[in-house]
Amino acid sequence: MSNDHYLKRDHLKKFGEITDFQEELGSKFFEYYNSVMDEGALTRREKALIALAVAHAQQCPYCIDAYTQACLKEGADEEQMMEAVHVAAAMKAGITLVFSVQMMEDVKKKTM
Amino acid sequence: MTVRKNKSLAARGSELTDTMIQLRILSGAERAALDLPTFEQKLEECGQYPLRPAELEIFQINIGKLCNQVCAHCHVDAGPDKKRENMDRPTLERCLEIIAAVPSIHTVDITGGAPELNPHFRWFVEEVCRLGKQVIDRCNLTVILSNKKYHDLPEFFARHGVTVVSSLPHYSRRRTDSQRGEGVFERSIRALQMLNEVGYGQPGTGLELNLVYNPTGAFLPGDQQSLEAEFKRQLERRYGVRFNHLYCLTNLPVSRFLEYLLETGNYEAYMEELVQAFNPAAVPNVMCRNTISVSWDGYLYDCDFNQMLDLKVAVPGKQHINDFDIEALKQRQIVLNRHCFGCTAGAGSSCGGQIA
Ligand code: SF4
Ligand code: SF4
Repeated sequence: MSNDHYLKRDHLKKFGEITDFQEELGSKFFEYYNSVMDEGALTRREKALIALAVAHAQQCPYCIDAYTQACLKEGADEEQMMEAVHVAAAMKAGITLVFSVQMMEDVKKKTM
Repeated sequence: MTVRKNKSLAARGSELTDTMIQLRILSGAERAALDLPTFEQKLEECGQYPLRPAELEIFQINIGKLCNQVCAHCHVDAGPDKKRENMDRPTLERCLEIIAAVPSIHTVDITGGAPELNPHFRWFVEEVCRLGKQVIDRCNLTVILSNKKYHDLPEFFARHGVTVVSSLPHYSRRRTDSQRGEGVFERSIRALQMLNEVGYGQPGTGLELNLVYNPTGAFLPGDQQSLEAEFKRQLERRYGVRFNHLYCLTNLPVSRFLEYLLETGNYEAYMEELVQAFNPAAVPNVMCRNTISVSWDGYLYDCDFNQMLDLKVAVPGKQHINDFDIEALKQRQIVLNRHCFGCTAGAGSSCGGQIA
C-alpha cells in the first residue's frame, strides 16, 4: 500500500462506515459520541470549542475540519475559536514545561 | 474569506441576474454537475408531493429592491442602484384591497430592500394598521441612521405597534461586517439601542423586536434556542441591547449567495449538505404554505425566494394582484426547485425562523 492512503479528506465523510465491520460497537460509539456532544450542562457551542482545542492538540485534520464547521454552525466566532486553540497550545506548553522540574531535580542531583 | 463585493449583481453586469441561468445551475445543467435528487423526488419519497398551500395567513410584500446596504448573501440582489424597482401607490392600494377582502390574512409582512426607503412606506403601514392587521417590518437597522429623516422610525414603529424583524448575523463585529459591509455592525447596534429606548424588546411593552441570524458563510445554522440564549447574553453584556426572539434562517442558494457559493468553490458541498439534512418534518411548515409573496410590480409568488427566481404562482392567468383569486390560489401547486432544500434542512427555515 502506498502512502497516498493516509489522511484522505473523504475519509471523514465515510467515518460512519466503521459500523460495517463491527455493527454493535460502532453504533454504541456513535450513540455515546452524539450524546456527549449534545446540549447538556455545557452548550453545544462550548463542547464544539473544547473539541476544536483537542483537535489541535492532537493535530487531527479530520477533527479540525469537522469542528471548525461545528463551531461556526453553533455560532462561535473566529476570536473564540482562536482562543480555544490558544488554550490547547498553552496546555501543551505547560505540560512540556512541567516536566522540566524533573530535569531540574536530576540536574541538581547529578551536579556539584 | 472572500473579498466583499460592494455592488449588486445587476450593477456588476453579472450573468446571474438572469434567473434562467440560476435555475440551470440549480438543475445541475450548468457550472456544476449535481448528483443529487430533486426536491420533488424527496417530497415524493415521504408522501408529501405535490405541495399545496394551507390557509393564507401572511401577505408578504416586497415593496422595493432599493437598499442602503449591499450584503454579500442578499437573495434579492438589493442595493443603492435599485431605484426603479419600487412599488408604486396604485399597486399598494390594490394590495390594501386584497388585505381587507381576505379575512384569513392576519399579518402583512413588509420586506425589501430596505422597505422604509419606499416613499409610500409610512402611509402604507398606517393603512394596514387601520385594517386591524399586524404589520411586520423587515428592517435592516442601518437605514434608521442612514439619513436624518429616518431617525424617528423607532417612534413611528412603536406608535403603530409594528413588529420589527432585523438581521444581525452575529454579535461579533467581524462576522457581521464580513456579510453586511464595513461599519454595519456598529450602526446596527446603535439602531438596536434606539429601538430599545422606545420600548422595543423590553418586557411588558408588547413591542416586539426579533433578530434574524443567518450563517455568515457556507454552513447551516445551529440550534435556534441555544443561539438565541447566546445572542441575548452577549448583546446585553456588551451593548445593553435586548430583543425578543432570534430567528435562525438558512441561506438559500439564490442570487448573491449562489454567487458566493460558486465563487468560493463551496456550491456542491453546500447543496449536498442541504440535501443530506432534508427533514420531512419541516415540510408541512414551510412558509409558502401560509404566505403569498408580492413583488414590487404586483406579481404573485409562493415565497420571496421564488420571486427572486421569477417563479410565479402556478395559477395560469391569475399571477398578478389585479387578477387576485383566492379560491384559485388555494387550489394551486407550489412551485418547487432545488433551492427549496434550504427550507427543509435540519430544523428547517422560514421567515419566522426554524420550523421543525
Ligand atoms: S439589508 Fe437586506 S435587502 Fe439590503 S442588501 Fe442586505 S440582505 Fe439585501
Ligand atoms: S423556497 Fe419557497 S417554495 Fe420552496 S419550500 Fe421554501 S418557501 Fe416553499
